Amino acid sequence: MLKIGVPSKGRLMEKTFDWFGARGVTMRQTGAEREYSGAVDGVDGVELVLLSAGEIPRELSAGRIHLGVTGSDLVRDKLADWDAQVVELAPLGFGHADLIIAVPAVWIDVDTIDDLDAAAAAFRAAHGFRLRIATKYHRLVREFLTENGVADYQLVDSQGATEGTVKNLTAEAVADITSSGETLRANHLKILSDGLIHQSQATLYAARNADWAQAQGAMQALAARLGIVAPLFA
Amino acid sequence: MTQKPATRAEAERLFAAFQAAGAVPVEADLLLPAETLLDLYGEDIRARAYVTNDPLRGEMMLRPDFTVPVVQAHMREGAEPARYCYLGEVFRKQEHLGNRASEYLQVGFEVFDREAPEAADAEVFALFSGLLAGLPLRATTGDIGILMAAVRGLDTTPRRKAALLRHIWRPKRFRALLDRFAGRAPVPVARQQLLERLAAGSPADLIAQAGSFIGLRAPEDIAARAAALIEDAGAAPIAAPAAALLYDLLSLQAPAQAALTHLRGITPLLPAIEPAVDRFATRLAALTARGIDTATLAFEASLGRTSMEYYDGFVFSFHGPADWPAVASGGRYDALTAVLGQGRSIPAVGGVIRPGLVAQLRGAV
Repeated sequence: MLKIGVPSKGRLMEKTFDWFGARGVTMRQTGAEREYSGAVDGVDGVELVLLSAGEIPRELSAGRIHLGVTGSDLVRDKLADWDAQVVELAPLGFGHADLIIAVPAVWIDVDTIDDLDAAAAAFRAAHGFRLRIATKYHRLVREFLTENGVADYQLVDSQGATEGTVKNLTAEAVADITSSGETLRANHLKILSDGLIHQSQATLYAARNADWAQAQGAMQALAARLGIVAPLFA
Repeated sequence: MTQKPATRAEAERLFAAFQAAGAVPVEADLLLPAETLLDLYGEDIRARAYVTNDPLRGEMMLRPDFTVPVVQAHMREGAEPARYCYLGEVFRKQEHLGNRASEYLQVGFEVFDREAPEAADAEVFALFSGLLAGLPLRATTGDIGILMAAVRGLDTTPRRKAALLRHIWRPKRFRALLDRFAGRAPVPVARQQLLERLAAGSPADLIAQAGSFIGLRAPEDIAARAAALIEDAGAAPIAAPAAALLYDLLSLQAPAQAALTHLRGITPLLPAIEPAVDRFATRLAALTARGIDTATLAFEASLGRTSMEYYDGFVFSFHGPADWPAVASGGRYDALTAVLGQGRSIPAVGGVIRPGLVAQLRGAV
């Protein structure tokens, strides 16, 4: 049996169902409307597992599901050495969002990562602590800032309403997901011109650590139906 | 990870040798307050150290190295001069799949001595070299002090020097800044546009036009940096010959004596490095006196710039197979003692050996 993990609710689930449906693979919820069980028609030997989008990277990493649909931001942030653990089979063309760094619009002297770094040095000297950047994407943001040689900052965890942290004085800047930028503007923030960390979209992944022995046939059939290349290890 | 008996035996051998060299054994906590280490190393340390939460003491870190607790203990209660040694586990989170150990033994030796820093440098290196003699290791030395002296001696604004010194441990960033300050890289378009906007009005007006004021970073801070940017845009580039010397220095790799000759040769063009080059010469003499062949000892001016950012003088490493981490490494960290000493400081030099890797090289594990 080939297990495929799909977001269990909302637009991500509907769009995923649409994407597979357009390729002749019908996914549907079974049982009561709010029950998290599903079925797949069109290819034999495929089992649908409805999961929280945030848990799909972990399930892929552990190999408890063979395939999974989730945001590329989540995979890259939650999995160390993500490409050694999963393979991208297909970008699905929806769920677009950019992970960016934003600072108060009134920081007229800051437009780039370079400026942020200089501002962080001065901020630390003036206030006695490292400039705080609120985010829930710790790995992606830290790797980006390390790569760009930014110092004198600290990441503070923010699991929601991140754009409000600057006004609430719990952070000086934010690193968050945005699609239109409206929430950022409404909260008096602006995006750094070179502050794009990752362009995320919903993506179909295959787990390297899954047991593929009993799933190969289904994978080949599914790949043929979807018009994608099956991973070499499957 | 359980330590193998041969690793433990090698660790005890090194530990005993350090004590025989006059070091007092010290202990350090396994759980260290994360705040001190984060303030020192920056957020990057989170990717390399295990951070955990204590309900009462806040964020704690599994000891990533001994240097910080040993320096803290010395600054609290140490007498001078002092030699310390230690033996224990350190923990390093591995962010990449592979066989790098995340828990291993370190045996270390640290010297706190004001009298003759170069002699102390040579003492530590010669001690390590002797203990590792006969193993297939390549020793490399460096001196971040020469690089720092060269930057301090540049004919440019204090702000530019400060920016370069702040990023001396981030070679890519350092290089980008130097390229810009030397006029080798064009002013980025974004910066050009920013300068044009800043020229359009007073900072106070521009801040008011930008919308509601939010955040802890004060209008004065913003105005001060805006002024600094405008001032910097008007500063002359670092003169081409001086910049060329710095680029040359960054890539200097030669046997130590040849490196000294080279540095003596460029000193008239870069007079600010003279005291640092004198110290380098004194150190080489001290190494020679201890039986180290400085005619063949490798020297790299940029060694140690990518490791933890506290070395600010002599640095050294002993490397085995190419895909291994350093088997032994160390250096001088005078500035660190000032940061941790709350107003006091003392010149300090030291290093660590990984007995597990030594035992492997001996074929014992």
